[in-house]
Amino acid sequence: MTYLFAAYTAVWVVLFAYVFSLSRRQQKFQDEVMKLQKLLESQKRS
Amino acid sequence: MKLLRVHALSTFIAMLIALYAIFIFAPTERTMGFIGEVQRIFYFHVSSNWTTFLATFCVFLCSILFLLKESREWDIRAAAAAELGVVFGTLGLISGTLWARPVWGIWWTWDARLTSFFLLWLILLAYQMLRRVVDSPAQRGRLSAVFGILAAVDTPIVYMANRWWRTQHPAPVIAGGPGSGLDPRMALTLCITLGAFTLLYVYLWRIRCELERTADVIETLQRQLQTQGMEVR
Repeated sequence: MTYLFAAYTAVWVVLFAYVFSLSRRQQKFQDEVMKLQKLLESQKRS
Repeated sequence: MKLLRVHALSTFIAMLIALYAIFIFAPTERTMGFIGEVQRIFYFHVSSNWTTFLATFCVFLCSILFLLKESREWDIRAAAAAELGVVFGTLGLISGTLWARPVWGIWWTWDARLTSFFLLWLILLAYQMLRRVVDSPAQRGRLSAVFGILAAVDTPIVYMANRWWRTQHPAPVIAGGPGSGLDPRMALTLCITLGAFTLLYVYLWRIRCELERTADVIETLQRQLQTQGMEVR
């Protein structure tokens, strides 16, 4: 029973960690896109 | 975006059904005696490995299409699939070792099945490293496509290993010839879990591809800013 619990816990931990890393990367990239777009717009205006 | 949410919801529901089937619907394995409960690892273990194979097949297909068409989109899809191959391969390795310990008395053995699967996992891991060290996008795409095709060569060896050689890993229970087979409720549970993992894989693949496309947008914007004489870090 300990191994069964350990196996399912490990699988979910790895899966959640990966999904979390994906969402963090997505957020970081979207912020970067916003920042660069603002910079480009201000560059065009000036 | 709405379609992606529907996909996420259906994956979540499929996972819940799979967990219900694994822990409540599927019968306990009897031949393993008092450790019969541990056999329930089988459903996630097989599904993780199946998803690794699926990811490797996607890498193979997308790599060939990239080499033929030289379209960045196929490179994106191959790279996303390879990363997921590493993730699901890790799940397969972890669940495998945690199943092996109570059943075989050892965590790991270098038999043909385990070794060839570990090799596949290493190849997919090396694929990730290769993409990080090559700077030129065209060269990176071509090199990783060749590497992706090589990874796929190992997949049939992993699949056939316990049919071709005597291994510590048990003989196949599905399509394994005379004497193989599963209790109908176990087979149904396995089908449900395989379906849930496939849905999860496709969902994560779509998200991962989107991430790569956003990275491309960043690169384009940075280039535009650089042509206008701005220093971008």
